[in-house]
Amino acid sequence: MEYEAVIGLEVHAQLLTDSKAFCSCTTRFGAEPNTNTCPICLGMPGVLPVLNRKALEFTVRMAIACNCTIRETSRFARKNYYYPDLPKNYQISQYELPVAEHGWVDVETVSGEVRRIGLTRIHMEEDAGKLIHDENRPVSYVDLNRTGVPLIEIVSEPDIKSPEEAAAYLRTLRSMLVYLEICDGNMEEGSFRCDANVSIRPKGETVLGVKTEVKNMNSFRNVQRALQYEIERQTAMLKDGERIVQETRLFDPSTGATASMRSKEQAHDYRYFPDPDLLPLRVDPALVERIRAELPELPAQKKERFIQQFGIPPYDAGVLTASKPMAEYFEQTVKLHPNPKAVSNWIMTELMRELKGADESDISTCPVSPTQLADLLKLMDSGTISGKIAKTVFEEMYSTGKDPGKIIEEKGLVQVSDTSEILSLVQTVLDDNAGELEKFLAGKTKIRGFFVGQVMKISKGKANPALVNQVLDEELRRRGSK
Amino acid sequence: MGNLLPGPNPTFREGMQTVTQLYDMTATELARLLREKKVSSVEITRSVLGRIEAVEGKIRSYVTVTPEIALDMAKEADARIAAGDSRPLTGIPIAVKDNMCTRGVRTTCGSRILANFVPPYDATVVGLLRREGMVMLGKANMDEFAMGSSTETSYWGPTHNPWDLERIPGGSSGGSAAAVSAGEAIVSLGSDTGGSIRLPAAFCGVTGIKPTYGSISRYGLVAYASSLDQIGPIGRDVWDLALLLNVLCGHDPADSTSVPRQYPDFTTFLDKSVKGMTLGLPQEFFSKLDNPEVQHAISEARAVFEGLGVKFVELSLPTLDYGIAAYYIIAPSEASSNLARYDGVKYGHRAGEFESMIDMYCRTRAEGFGPEVKRRIMLGTYALSSGYYDAYYLKAAKVRTLITQDFEKAFEKCDAIFCPTAPSPAFKIGEKIDDPIQMYLTDVFTIPVNMAGLPGMALPGGMSRDGLPIGLQLIAPHFEESRLVQLTAAFQKTTDHHLKRPTL
Amino acid sequence: MKITPEQVDYVALLGRLALEPEEKKKYMGQLDDILKYMDMLAEVPTDDVAPMAGSVELYTPLREDDVKASLPVEEALANAPARAGTSFRVPKILE
Repeated sequence: MEYEAVIGLEVHAQLLTDSKAFCSCTTRFGAEPNTNTCPICLGMPGVLPVLNRKALEFTVRMAIACNCTIRETSRFARKNYYYPDLPKNYQISQYELPVAEHGWVDVETVSGEVRRIGLTRIHMEEDAGKLIHDENRPVSYVDLNRTGVPLIEIVSEPDIKSPEEAAAYLRTLRSMLVYLEICDGNMEEGSFRCDANVSIRPKGETVLGVKTEVKNMNSFRNVQRALQYEIERQTAMLKDGERIVQETRLFDPSTGATASMRSKEQAHDYRYFPDPDLLPLRVDPALVERIRAELPELPAQKKERFIQQFGIPPYDAGVLTASKPMAEYFEQTVKLHPNPKAVSNWIMTELMRELKGADESDISTCPVSPTQLADLLKLMDSGTISGKIAKTVFEEMYSTGKDPGKIIEEKGLVQVSDTSEILSLVQTVLDDNAGELEKFLAGKTKIRGFFVGQVMKISKGKANPALVNQVLDEELRRRGSK
Repeated sequence: MGNLLPGPNPTFREGMQTVTQLYDMTATELARLLREKKVSSVEITRSVLGRIEAVEGKIRSYVTVTPEIALDMAKEADARIAAGDSRPLTGIPIAVKDNMCTRGVRTTCGSRILANFVPPYDATVVGLLRREGMVMLGKANMDEFAMGSSTETSYWGPTHNPWDLERIPGGSSGGSAAAVSAGEAIVSLGSDTGGSIRLPAAFCGVTGIKPTYGSISRYGLVAYASSLDQIGPIGRDVWDLALLLNVLCGHDPADSTSVPRQYPDFTTFLDKSVKGMTLGLPQEFFSKLDNPEVQHAISEARAVFEGLGVKFVELSLPTLDYGIAAYYIIAPSEASSNLARYDGVKYGHRAGEFESMIDMYCRTRAEGFGPEVKRRIMLGTYALSSGYYDAYYLKAAKVRTLITQDFEKAFEKCDAIFCPTAPSPAFKIGEKIDDPIQMYLTDVFTIPVNMAGLPGMALPGGMSRDGLPIGLQLIAPHFEESRLVQLTAAFQKTTDHHLKRPTL
Repeated sequence: MKITPEQVDYVALLGRLALEPEEKKKYMGQLDDILKYMDMLAEVPTDDVAPMAGSVELYTPLREDDVKASLPVEEALANAPARAGTSFRVPKILE
């Protein structure tokens, strides 16, 4: 009996607003505990929430990008449960009437296949605080700075079929959120979180199996590991004739396994009801249209455009559009020096090497501006400097921030392209290496490379390689035919 | 209570035969004397503080009296008046119900769980009182978390009705109403979720109004039932209420349920004729009325209104009883969620001993809350719990639409609705506290008004044979509290019920 | 609708209220009475009726995304029953 996996993912993304969802405290990270709090986010008696306009607009942006239907009227609901990091002991969230529903995203899997993953809903809610456990004593410490930071929850349909697909889906979502400038997508720091619902069923079966919820996966790799483990665990159980228990399981990164949580409350009874302190939320169709018109180009669209407009291969387009700032850098440089292939090659080799980036390549730390890079490439393409010299110049530009023209001038690196100058260099080399010349003329053609190297050496790399070859060959022929 | 002030109570004489104590006068009268520089705010405040010292032992209107703060504010008020920088109510002393946050002054909601809570912020309305230059006397006693109709559930003990110390003053704003009645405050602020301003006003023989939901900011009012709670003023007569409504009504961006709208100058309605207006008599209200003394007060009042040219029509509110039942789902449900925050983590009482986090929550709340609050939390939690939401909360919310529609239809036939505030005068302390359903039936005339969000005015309508005040009620359409001011003023110009004072 | 002791226990736990056995019995009886009274709601036909959001037919207002000063941390903690540094201190939750 073969089984297939059915996976649904719930993503929580922290929105990049300046102030919190329902009060005006800063959302800035890293402050001393409880220094970014006010009576409202502390849940003091008598306080009331007022919704942050930007949080709504960011939510609508993502909803549009994910092809969702946006409700004209939606409601906030209270999700009631007790926890020390939840000061009101309820979370303001959305339940029956979320802002957006029935969307989808196209995900490119590793095999290159494009899969359409459905989104059940996107809704707004507020984040909870942080609970830090004492190592030694049976106490914990509550920091409410993060309480009230706006989140969107993105719930996928159970359309995902494998751990790899799950990772690809998460990468796609994260890239979109970052492109839309509404989230910084940092899984390690917790601004992008994921929980999974996993079940398996006989291949071809349409009815869903019993699902488990998996939590505590804080990287894409761990999501894959956790899902892989869980699928194997459930498969083994079913093959042994055991039944799957519907439960919440925590992933343990050190073992790679999931383990059942000791149940805190019999299956949470959240007692959702519409929050009476917040009236119905209206999303004006005119607002949706304005946001749609102002929507930044999304990664998939940009990649396609790069392929079409600049004629670069899909792989390169993918690398360049992986981050929006990188894509912008590329386009600005191309604007100034319309040789997209050259620009693309340079960025993907020399520049990225300097950045030492992971798959994010934080271009914001690059000291070389698009103008400077364009100038360098112009100098190279026009033959003023050789490709090899250009690399040296670029390293200098990167460490000093100086313009290429200035560096070339200061170091006298202008490529020698004067044929008579090269001829004199060639003649010097051949004259100084008479022994080698004899061997060459006797038939050892490999020595030619040595002569080229010598010419480049005495010219300090400035000799135009193509011309060196041309002039050297002519001179060797001339001397050979003597 | 402690030593408030040395010396006798200051009194005011101006060639009058009888001496009227300053604490016995209305805000309107005192404001005039202040303007005419015949008296100072400090003198008025001393008079009221002296009165508190004299009678508070019997009445227990207050949880916290703030004499130093009051005198400081009085001095500031006098300075503003001298500088020509005063407003209509500058210098007038006021009591604030203890469920409105007052910065630096403990705010207990009549509960052990907040017995030591000192808010670092003012409720919006408290800020408005400060801006007006009023003088805060202290925090008035109340049923715990506003849950009750008698002020018997207060952790601090019951407030006593100034008209009969063995009786309840009504609730939950019992302290606010009793203080005004007894001269322990010139005016006060109360809050009303199911009748908590109007009922104590009626039982204490003073005038109180719950304005339209959304007209006075709830920011800083400790929530009981968010969709029903409203703050309102209590005073000796509608002239004082009109002045307070002018201060309090208005949009607050900090309250998402606050309505962005302009309010009229309510004092312009104090002198308007009511001739030609129509008052409606809902049969479902009157079929519940079986107390002959209340019936008598109603028919006397009707005669007064008819003498002023007001017509009466019978009408029907068919879903009234269901509207009352729905309140007992909606209010506790919202309350169960609003009161979840009292957990001993951030503020308030925390249990001394516990074995785990859950244990700490459970013991803290068991120790901190009284039986009525626990009962409503249980009821509300049950009504919202899995499997019951549709049958209870959702159903109640739909019934609420129906009762609101009933009122809308009724107002097509009349300008305002007329009925009693309560089915009987004040009952004895301890009489109903162990019978929740009996207690809840005290609110049958007041609850529907909150369910529909309408404004409701309670005004004195006479006395029972036992010398207990009987309250009348007027209900108007949304944002027509000016009509209530107009009708009440006409009535109070023609009658003297509101002039009576208890002897203490 | 008869409330069972198990239901009372369940609701008390959901509401984080530790009840003595006498309290549980009392509440069971009182809740039962109140709920019987509420059962009358089932008599009213409400199929085509929309639940009332609140008394006001408006939409929730929006606030500009401007940062305002937070409470000074000592004021935020002034009422704390237990603290450690600028954190609230609580017993450890057993997961």
